[in-house]
Amino acid sequence: MIPGGITEPGTTVTIKTGSWRNFRPKRDDSRCKRAGEPVAIGRLERFVADWEIENGLRLPERAKPTGKKVAVVGSGPSGLTVATELAKRGHEVTILETLHRPGGVLVYGIPEFRLPKRIVETEVESIKRLGVKVMTDVVVGKTMTVDDLLEEYDAVFLGTGAGLPLLLGIPGEDLSGVYSANEFLIRINLMKAYAFPDYDTPIKVGKRVAIIGGGNVAMDSARCALRLGAEKVSVVYRRSEKEMPARNEEIERAKEEGIIFMTLTQPVRFTGEEKVDGIECIKMELGEPDESGRRRPVPIEGSNFNIDVDQVVIAIGQRPNPLVMRTTEGLVCDDRKGIIIADSMGRTSKKGVFAGGDVITGAATVIAAMGAGKRAAEAIDKFLRGD
Amino acid sequence: MAKILRKLRLAPGINEFVVDAPLIARKAEPGQFLIVIIDEKGERIPLTIADLDRESGAVTIVFLEIGKSTMELGQLEAGDEIAHISGPLGKASEIPQGETIVFVGGGVGTAAVYPIARKAKESNKVISIVGAKNKETVIWEDKMKDVSDRLIVTTDDGSYGRKGLVTEPLKELLEQGGIDRVVAIGPPIMMKFAALTTRPYGVKTVVSLNPIIVDGTGMCGACRVRVGGVTKFACVDGPEFDAHEVDFDLLLKRLATYREEEELAKRLFLERGRK
Ligand SMILES: Cc1cc2nc3c(=O)[nH]c(=O)nc-3n(C[C@H](O)[C@H](O)[C@H](O)COP(=O)(O)OP(=O)(O)OC[C@H]3O[C@@H](n4cnc5c(N)ncnc54)[C@H](O)[C@@H]3O)c2cc1C
Ligand code: FES
Repeated sequence: MIPGGITEPGTTVTIKTGSWRNFRPKRDDSRCKRAGEPVAIGRLERFVADWEIENGLRLPERAKPTGKKVAVVGSGPSGLTVATELAKRGHEVTILETLHRPGGVLVYGIPEFRLPKRIVETEVESIKRLGVKVMTDVVVGKTMTVDDLLEEYDAVFLGTGAGLPLLLGIPGEDLSGVYSANEFLIRINLMKAYAFPDYDTPIKVGKRVAIIGGGNVAMDSARCALRLGAEKVSVVYRRSEKEMPARNEEIERAKEEGIIFMTLTQPVRFTGEEKVDGIECIKMELGEPDESGRRRPVPIEGSNFNIDVDQVVIAIGQRPNPLVMRTTEGLVCDDRKGIIIADSMGRTSKKGVFAGGDVITGAATVIAAMGAGKRAAEAIDKFLRGD
Repeated sequence: MAKILRKLRLAPGINEFVVDAPLIARKAEPGQFLIVIIDEKGERIPLTIADLDRESGAVTIVFLEIGKSTMELGQLEAGDEIAHISGPLGKASEIPQGETIVFVGGGVGTAAVYPIARKAKESNKVISIVGAKNKETVIWEDKMKDVSDRLIVTTDDGSYGRKGLVTEPLKELLEQGGIDRVVAIGPPIMMKFAALTTRPYGVKTVVSLNPIIVDGTGMCGACRVRVGGVTKFACVDGPEFDAHEVDFDLLLKRLATYREEEELAKRLFLERGRK
């Protein structure tokens, strides 16, 4: 078993779709640079396949109905896992999702070429067959609060993810043509803007696109920009390639596809009148290690230079959306990190309220979110049975 | 799914829908908006909650057919279903006590002003200015009259009420004095000029911004606006902001981002007719 609590990759996988095969990891990359999680995030694809085989193809046994009701807020990997596990244990589960489609990052963030949406849809269908109710278009914190939910449900699980985009805070960042990675990816993946005008949501197709950041989200954004039809896509990253948080294989794929890497480069301002037309950058060098253990990038004075761009995507990280935290009484949060505080079983400071996934760790991985979901389901089950 | 309970054609190209949305009706406050998606290929369309009935669970939206999506929405009839509706979104309006407030509504902005004015009327003196292109496009005059101590109507062509822009009576009222606050909602250019009109008088002015919205919950930053030199997400930090702090030129530039795509979608829609 790997920490998600799921079968070891490679044991049960059958390759089902072409796009799947294309994106099978070339080599196992167990190096993970975040939060000490001993997990190869590169196994996402196989992982979901395993999950589908385990949960989708044969309907798991359902325990006798317990008469207990659970509200699961958010339909990302953590929420879907909690819902599955609790439904299997006989509880009545309702998922509440703010967007119009369930799946969390799996539908709004991770592009089709890496994870076909059909797979997520199949997952959601099989969860529904387990008796789980899925309510989309419900913004918890606005449409109803967690306290409202506690009046109707015996327990609440918060799996609201890390959906708040971070920005650089430099001049020109609000110009037309500058996107957060979330906006860029939501337009493309959730709203299917690549199929505009057949679909109604548009996206600008840049000619020269700069992606700011060096994580997986930056790599996905870069590869999406290329697939939309950009002529030149550059990844601008302030440290060296060695420090990039993206998985090696994602970096390799991006390079194979012709994406240019501008490392040790930091934007200082975006320029343009009506819309963005350039970035003033400064060259960086690596200094002493910082608190993350990576060598701190230091600007080289006088090394400023300009690059021409007509589209910019800022992919420097996400934090949890504070909506639920701000509207739930008695829920203890870490305001500096913007996360909900929960123990390893997902128990929060508030009775009957559990949390897991990115919302308690900050942006992490699908596997970690599913593992958190499994553990929280156990804790919720215990709580509901009065143990 | 949300059923359209009633449809009213208020003017050519301006529709009022009463929609069955009990969850939204239960919580919505003046100043908030909702998002509708017509069908699975549709975009997320933000619309102000113009009225509601908590008991029956109905919410009212008023919209101008301006692009492909709103034209398509306008083709729906009572009894039809809207694929998705979600809200209420954004912050509720701040309602002061014991002030004299001028509400300015431009075009369909009048429907957005109405619920705020109604609430404000409970504890303030309300003067309303409603502006439209011509007589035909003046909307909700009676409703505004009900919630105003005084109502001024202007039309661009003088076919009804006073001829001219809303900023003219606004300036006169400011000259007379005694105005504590102005709330202006309408096309961005109108809000910009309302802000310029009130600025010399130092009267607190609130506008409700209508940038491009995608999720409407703070996830994407498509709705970024600059207010007092700081970046705000209008869908969660607003939509109401201090008009004197808003960078309207940036708002207009960002709103123009998809102009070509909007034109294309509209042209294709008009060529093809109803889907
Ligand atoms: C572009 C991108 C690429 C990634 N690639 C990988 C990868 O290759 N491998 C990997 O392991 N990880 C990857 N990750 C990270 C991974 O997707 C996340 O760690 C994981 O999805 C977290 O799961 P979650 O259940 O905590 O939250 P999410 O998947 O974020 O789901 C949260 C859900 O909650 C909903 N929600 C939020 N607030 C509310 C509310 N108030 N009311 C109702 N619903 C709400 C959201 O709309 C969302 O649907 C990637 C992330 C991104 C953005
Ligand atoms: S519309 Fe996406 S953050 Fe406001």
